[in-house]
Amino acid sequence: METQQRRDAAMAVRLSGIGKRFPGVIANHDVNLNVRAGTIHAIVGENGAGKSTLMKTLYGMQQPDAGTIEIDGTERHFKSPSEAIEAGIGMVHQHFMLADNLTVLENIILGGEPARRGVINVSEARRRIQEIVAALGAEIDVDVPVSELGVGERQRVEIVKVLYRGARILILDEPTAVLVPEEVDELFSTLRRLVDDGATVIFISHKLDEVIQVSDDITVMRQGTTVAETTPGSVDRSGLAELMVGSELPSPAGRTTAIGEQVRLRVTDLVVPGAEGRPAVEHASFDIHAGEILGVAGVEGNGQFELCTALLGLRTSSGQIEVDGRDVTRSGTRARHEAGLAYIPFDRHREGLMLNAPLWENALLGRENDPALATGPLINIQAARTSTVGIIERFGVLTPDETTPAFALSGGNQQKLVVGRAMITEPAVLVAAHPTRGIDVGAQAAVWDEIRRARDAGMAVLLVSADLEELIGLSDRIAVMFDGRVTAMLDPDTTTPAELGGHMTGSHLGAPR
Amino acid sequence: MSADKSGGPLARILTPSRASALRTSGTTVASSLGAIAIALTICAILLAVTGKNPIDAYSTIIETGASGNKLLEMMRRATPLIFSATAVAIGFKMNIFNIGVEGQYLFAALIAAEAGSHLALPGVIHIPVILAVAMIAGAAWASIAALLKVFKNVHEVISTIMLNYIALSVIQWLFENFFRDDSGGGLNVKTTLLPESAHMPDLVDGRLNAMFIVALVTVAIFWVVVYRSRFGFRLRASGFNATAAATAGIDARRMTIIALLLSGAVAGLVAMQSVTGEAFAYGPNATPIQFGFAGITVALLGRNHPVGIVVAALLFGFLDSTSAELQLAAVPNSIVKVMQAIIVLTVVIVNEATIRRMNIRTAERARNELAAGGAA
Repeated sequence: METQQRRDAAMAVRLSGIGKRFPGVIANHDVNLNVRAGTIHAIVGENGAGKSTLMKTLYGMQQPDAGTIEIDGTERHFKSPSEAIEAGIGMVHQHFMLADNLTVLENIILGGEPARRGVINVSEARRRIQEIVAALGAEIDVDVPVSELGVGERQRVEIVKVLYRGARILILDEPTAVLVPEEVDELFSTLRRLVDDGATVIFISHKLDEVIQVSDDITVMRQGTTVAETTPGSVDRSGLAELMVGSELPSPAGRTTAIGEQVRLRVTDLVVPGAEGRPAVEHASFDIHAGEILGVAGVEGNGQFELCTALLGLRTSSGQIEVDGRDVTRSGTRARHEAGLAYIPFDRHREGLMLNAPLWENALLGRENDPALATGPLINIQAARTSTVGIIERFGVLTPDETTPAFALSGGNQQKLVVGRAMITEPAVLVAAHPTRGIDVGAQAAVWDEIRRARDAGMAVLLVSADLEELIGLSDRIAVMFDGRVTAMLDPDTTTPAELGGHMTGSHLGAPR
Repeated sequence: MSADKSGGPLARILTPSRASALRTSGTTVASSLGAIAIALTICAILLAVTGKNPIDAYSTIIETGASGNKLLEMMRRATPLIFSATAVAIGFKMNIFNIGVEGQYLFAALIAAEAGSHLALPGVIHIPVILAVAMIAGAAWASIAALLKVFKNVHEVISTIMLNYIALSVIQWLFENFFRDDSGGGLNVKTTLLPESAHMPDLVDGRLNAMFIVALVTVAIFWVVVYRSRFGFRLRASGFNATAAATAGIDARRMTIIALLLSGAVAGLVAMQSVTGEAFAYGPNATPIQFGFAGITVALLGRNHPVGIVVAALLFGFLDSTSAELQLAAVPNSIVKVMQAIIVLTVVIVNEATIRRMNIRTAERARNELAAGGAA
């Protein structure tokens, strides 16, 4: 590592007014980021706050629609990551990009082999890598295959690889998500050494304790834009949580109907196995009554997806699940649908739609056994199409007609079709994951009205959402999931931003993980 | 606008988008005809380069084709191809690649021929029984691959290819040790000849067998089952997006097993024209081989659509039927195989390009119609 003079005043990275929109979605708007050279700069925010989009822009994976990028005081326009790498920017991805059966040395030089007349100069590579490793104060045997390394070591290899390519500005995307506590400490001391040597680190996280522990500066993102710049010295955990969530929570919409007595969904001691032996959902137990909406808050990846898919019988779990008093624990997905469970999936493209099929076939998916849509073993195409037209009209799906293939629709209209398909069956229990993700405000209100109407008619809803307005506006209770557990049950009428943010980031649990 | 994310180019060929059925099939036909024209041009260049006169060769083909007898031969040659392509297409509809039609139909031919020779039944029952035995035997052989896939997660491409080799050995062993009948004499050994009651009648004496009708009926049933039935919808849904299908409660394992069994059952019929209509037995030299692989090509060319399969099979049957005349005209008959291959490649490439353009246009049209309607 080349030692360079520490220039506290100089900005390594300056982003001004960055905007990026995708069809129908504004991923980033008016983003301003000032990263001092030779510092660790944390970017915090919930999932969907726009952190990843911003980092992709900085790393040249996509081009911004507005704003400027300055690296070391010079304005740059990166057309690809290789141009960003040339400018000295390196990215350590959350999911390592290493070839398991190659050695550490081979992995590091892969794609940038020092060669003379087509022959790799291994000794030169080895010398340079050992310099870098020594500068990091780490110990890595460069001749063992990567498959023999632990997660923390692999991450260090990734860092060395990025440095080997000449990076002076390192972006680390949620680097601690995969690490155990001791490894986190080692990572942090590595990062410290890096900045002491003059490098600059941009550290993306939503774990507030770590951010406060390691960073020099903090930028907070919310809803696609940067909302605050602060330092660990001037803010505490709950203050940071409040910045992340927003200073004011939306007000809950009052309801006129009462929650029923009947328990429509009862989940008892649900455990869902996760990767590497750690449960993805631990001992979740809750009831949802007729006409009740139970919201699930939490940073994405804390077990919400596993909870929902386990409820639908799409992954194995232990514990007990009852729908309207009927034990469906051992039933398959189809039988659970028939018992009255309906599902609005997390990812409409992956779990919900057949993009190349016409809308009426998409609307039929999962309902092909409905006697109203079938004639004996055959599909009643006319009835299926008529029913689809009904969904299109009721949920305001903008489409030329019901024979249009799903891929031709905008994301929001695809979502409306998926929502309509789940709601039209008048389920006993609706498991709704981000039901209005990606759809415009007017349509969002319409979907909310439909959910409220069905709730008033006695439907029970499990609502997973990252949209606090949705969560607080619809839910009768809010369960917070953190690290696979339901850690709090909050009342949307009385909860405060600090409280909600605190539970979502786990800082109410006492000792940080 | 999101494009197809469900698979690569091959997957897209296998599960064509259906913007609007009429528009799509119109464009498909046009693009297929265009592709065949391109292929013929390439073949003409190839012939010219090898010192043959392409005009002579093509006029030989056309003159040959003009005769009524040749058209009958075209249909006769197309019959096994229709069965094998349909078998392959059933799998393709849920993205299962049944490369094992070859082994399935040869195994079925041996079992059905042997079983049929031991039965004494009236014709109306005897022939259906033989066909049923063939379908069961084909399905049974395919079930090995199905079970391996569902319970051991063995990819069907690997298992069905391997099972082809195993089938050949098993057939040889069964035939040599148990089913061989030397009473016919000569080198052309076969199983015991089927009794008269098991002979599938000819539609035109010595030229076209009634199995052609069975093939058309099979394709019709394929169409109804795949495009009109609830089962077929589940099958296609699993092919379109397996995760979404599972989320909707469609049991992927069950669908995999049923699809492969059905595919094997139809494969069982491939050699039945030979067994019940021509050779009246199974024999290592009497039973035609390689139709399983040809079926993959025909299914691709026909884009797994019933009508496409019949047309493609007839085209291949026609080209096959001209090979003798081509040889007489001093054109090597391997040119027919080359021509078939070039046609398939061009059609697949041209179709892929057409589908892409059509998808973009469909998306645009959807946007424009909405903008025009002021619905936005």
